Amino acid sequence: MDFLVYEFMQRALVAGLLAGIICAVVSLFVIVQRMAFATVGISHSALGGIAIGVLGGLNPVLCAAFFCTLVAWGIGLVSKKGNLHEDTVIGVFFSTTMALGVTLISLAKGYYPELFSYLFGNILAVTSQDLSLLGIGGTIILLFLGLFFKELLFLCFDSDVARVSGIPVTPLYFALLTAIALTVVISVKILGIVLASALLTIPAITGLELTRNFRGVLAVAIATGVVSSLVGLWLSYALNLPSGATIVLCAAMIFFASFVFSPRRKWVVRSKK
Amino acid sequence: MITPLKYTDIVRSAKKTTHGKGHNNSLRNYAALGEMVGIHSSARVLELQNVSIQLGRRTVINNLNLVVRQGDFLGVIGPNGAGKTTLMRLILGLIKPSQGMVRLFGASPSAPGDHRHMVGYLPQKQRFDDRFPVSALDVVMMGRIGCIGLLRWPSREDRKAALSTLCRVGFNKEDANRPIGELSGGQQQLVFLARALCSHTRLLVLDEPTAALDLTAQNRFYRIVKELQNDLGLTVIIVSHDLPVVAGYADRLLCLDGYSYIVGTPREVLASRQVARAYGRQIAQIFN
Repeated sequence: MDFLVYEFMQRALVAGLLAGIICAVVSLFVIVQRMAFATVGISHSALGGIAIGVLGGLNPVLCAAFFCTLVAWGIGLVSKKGNLHEDTVIGVFFSTTMALGVTLISLAKGYYPELFSYLFGNILAVTSQDLSLLGIGGTIILLFLGLFFKELLFLCFDSDVARVSGIPVTPLYFALLTAIALTVVISVKILGIVLASALLTIPAITGLELTRNFRGVLAVAIATGVVSSLVGLWLSYALNLPSGATIVLCAAMIFFASFVFSPRRKWVVRSKK
Repeated sequence: MITPLKYTDIVRSAKKTTHGKGHNNSLRNYAALGEMVGIHSSARVLELQNVSIQLGRRTVINNLNLVVRQGDFLGVIGPNGAGKTTLMRLILGLIKPSQGMVRLFGASPSAPGDHRHMVGYLPQKQRFDDRFPVSALDVVMMGRIGCIGLLRWPSREDRKAALSTLCRVGFNKEDANRPIGELSGGQQQLVFLARALCSHTRLLVLDEPTAALDLTAQNRFYRIVKELQNDLGLTVIIVSHDLPVVAGYADRLLCLDGYSYIVGTPREVLASRQVARAYGRQIAQIFN
């Protein structure tokens, strides 16, 4: 535990813990609403927001948060109003915003090393300001999901019947998109644009492998998010590996273990017999 | 001229009855609401005046006039593309008419208000993921969310009411905690029926509810719906392609045929030219 004497490691540990919990809770809705590809699209669109922030001298994280929220709403609006499949719309937004980001970066004069830290993430570079943003943003997201949990679950299960029952489906859907976009930005700082969607999908899928009850899925997802963040951070320190990639690999290992030991498949029980 | 009914008063009185003592919301208590509404046994639950719906350039429903009263069992029939599901979506407030007026319990179906908690809906297709992590009881509980309200958690009584509704539709108590994806098609349909009943339901809207069920499950489903209609004084509107069965249970039939319609007793409607035109010789073959 000698690595905890360093202040940057302490900050990284808190960031990993917070991100693990927030991403795990959000991942439940990402999976049941079948929005795994949306998180990939939104995380890649963060490049556009970060490029605007870096080039304009603004806070890149806040710019990315604003930009990702707009993209998430755009995906929701175009797919609902245009009666288009969500995956198709995500594909369009994904490539367009990436192209915008690349164009803006190419227009910039000079070298911006921080852009690479956003591309691949660096939990060890988390500042006190980042930690405050993570804390405030995470609290708002968890409060929203906690307060409207039953309505969001109903919306994800059957939006038409939820609407007939008097649930404000459209505002809640866009609020959920906002929560997902903000969570993506939170994980971009830690895992990077390329891997950010991992913590928004793997925890809940792991939960679904082990249990079929949403309370159980939530518990397993939080455990997966927290364990993979902390173990990944420690391994990256001990073996001198990139932190974001190590965290994702840890989460993937937990998922594959749950896949093999899943009571649904009963592979392990069968092989023992 | 239509005089809007003050159903909000009825709901308020019923809420006093069902929530007053220890928030006891069992299905039996909804009978109290039924009795109250029963006072207005001729009350208009649904009224459509000169309603037309256009989807793109196509007229799906043309100048439809219809009144459904408390306790009616209305079967909606017609060939594919005749506008049956569109009519259901209109009644539920999911779409608005291009022309004409719709009144559900005296109010606009899409307007917010207590009247929305009096409608139970069972859609044609349940497009949920089989791995969705909810139990049968959780699904029935969803039916109560509208009347529990935002920022409030379901109470123990809400859970009891959901379980009692689930048992009322003939579902085994032991299976209540089983994941919804593990149930058979017939069991799932009973769960969705229980969800539709779990609010302050006075009108049950069923859109081809037995399309994916075998004959035994179909008959069982219709028998349960008919029993519920008789016991609780429910109004039922059901869309079905199964003409002999729906004609056997419904008091009235509405046959939609794209541009025209006919409404009357099953005998009148099935003998009409419109039905013969809509279904061709099939109708004679079915009833012979």
